[in-house]
Amino acid sequence: MATIDVRGLEREYKSGLKAVRGIDLAVAPGEVYGFLGPNGAGKTTTVRMLVTLLRPTGGSATVAGFDVSTEPAQVRKRIGVALQEAALDLLMTGRELMELQATLHGLAARSVRGRADDLIGRVGLSQAADRRVATYSGGMRRRLDLAMALVHEPEVLFLDEPTTGLDPTSRATLWDEVRRLRADGTTVFLTTQYLEEADQLADRVGIIADGLIVAEGTPAALKAEIGLPHLDVTFMECPDLGHARDLLLAFGKLRPAPDGVDVSVAVAAGAAEIAPVVRVLDEAGFTVAALELVEPSLDDVFAEKTGRHLEGAAQPAATPA
Amino acid sequence: MTRVVLALTRRSLRGSLRRPQFLAPLVIFPMLFLAVNVGGLTETTSLEGFPAVRGFLDFQLAGALTQSLLISGVTTGIASALEIEGGFFDRLVASPIPRVAIVLGRLVATGLLAGVQVLFFLGLGLLFGAEIVGGVPGVLVVLAIGVLAGIGFGAIGQAIALRARNASTVQGIFPLVLVVLFVSSAFFPRALLSAPADSIARFNPLSYLADGLRDPIISTVSLAPVLEGFAAAAGIAAVAMALSVLALRGRLREA
Repeated sequence: MATIDVRGLEREYKSGLKAVRGIDLAVAPGEVYGFLGPNGAGKTTTVRMLVTLLRPTGGSATVAGFDVSTEPAQVRKRIGVALQEAALDLLMTGRELMELQATLHGLAARSVRGRADDLIGRVGLSQAADRRVATYSGGMRRRLDLAMALVHEPEVLFLDEPTTGLDPTSRATLWDEVRRLRADGTTVFLTTQYLEEADQLADRVGIIADGLIVAEGTPAALKAEIGLPHLDVTFMECPDLGHARDLLLAFGKLRPAPDGVDVSVAVAAGAAEIAPVVRVLDEAGFTVAALELVEPSLDDVFAEKTGRHLEGAAQPAATPA
Repeated sequence: MTRVVLALTRRSLRGSLRRPQFLAPLVIFPMLFLAVNVGGLTETTSLEGFPAVRGFLDFQLAGALTQSLLISGVTTGIASALEIEGGFFDRLVASPIPRVAIVLGRLVATGLLAGVQVLFFLGLGLLFGAEIVGGVPGVLVVLAIGVLAGIGFGAIGQAIALRARNASTVQGIFPLVLVVLFVSSAFFPRALLSAPADSIARFNPLSYLADGLRDPIISTVSLAPVLEGFAAAAGIAAVAMALSVLALRGRLREA
């Protein structure tokens, strides 16, 4: 049985805007599900419905076996939530907030302090635990937010764009924590607009655009649907680009070359084709300045399905280890 | 439920203590009014119709206290609205706690703060020569009425915050609060108000509240004004808390 089971879920606002237009998805126990889409695609609206903050106007959804519309209290007991833009009380200290959250989730009074200390240490905030949250950086706030969401060891964790705007170090800490949660068997529903984040963390990815899921599967399967990796070749100088193209045509289908690249060719064998390509070009007298093997990205998947690119997909996001 | 309410009460109190800009108006504005009124209008005590008092300060303390409690209601509303704007309210709603605990946590804190306000203004009065004629029982009566009224005003602020969802709207009710206060007997006896203020003051619950707070200060505790004061405070608290809970339900239903 799926931990998150969504069928025909819809949300129409009073203004008439239909933010979510009938989505279906199922997340298995212990799975990290990446919900990828640009701003305004319907990610946050979906999460808010699943965490019982927003009522669906159509369809149904169960989380941890309970209906979000008819059994919201049961759902709330079983989920941890870290919403977009960490919702914290800036006047409180990190430790005070952790202890409050533990109390709200019904932890026994004697275990509140210990649990708060454990989680604060786990997200690397021990030194700052007694400082007011107003003095925390964005990354520290997100880490505290995550720790608060974990205070009652939830069955399902919802993370809404947890790393948006974070520095690489903070992003790496959060990614590590998500990996640890996956290893512990926690089901994680993660929304993101970062391709790498979905690629690195998610067992499966759902791509949402204009309130509809346009693609779903493992990152590898989705990219495989799009096609082959390609080699982007740039020459030092190239008096006869036509000849170079003819030579590379033997390795695969030519693609439109991106800006700054002379020839782009799809290669079925991926990295194994690099050496033969270099050898052929060298023997023909071409001097290669740069050669890059480009794997299909989730942005290619998004572009294939929607005809446009994900916002920020072209930006080189800092990639933590 | 009790544990959750107490935890949220503690959080609200911490928030109040750590926001001096919210605490200062509870003291500064009423003290300024008190200073101006006592400094310039002391002779009014000799007017016909003015109740028998030891001094004008004794009479004015209840007005300052009512004003302070009203401002506390506004700041409670602003704090609630900021909580909604900042998203912390969503965190509370997404927690497995009874919804009413969210309302009660802040209101219990407002009530406790009201107790401190009462003691502060009574202490201030004593410091500057006023006398609490009702003695310790009188102080307890003023405390009880003040706490009840503080909860009521806090609930009004909270209900407005839950409806408006932004702090600036709640802040906008501040001038209205002062107008309502001035058309009551908080600063002058109803008998000395001219029309139409005297008529409005007759139907203004703040008049009965202020008179109930004043009676134990200027005389031994008398049943009628104290009961009227209690009734006004309890009525305000009951209606405002109902409005606050309804506003919370409405907000959650609209979500």
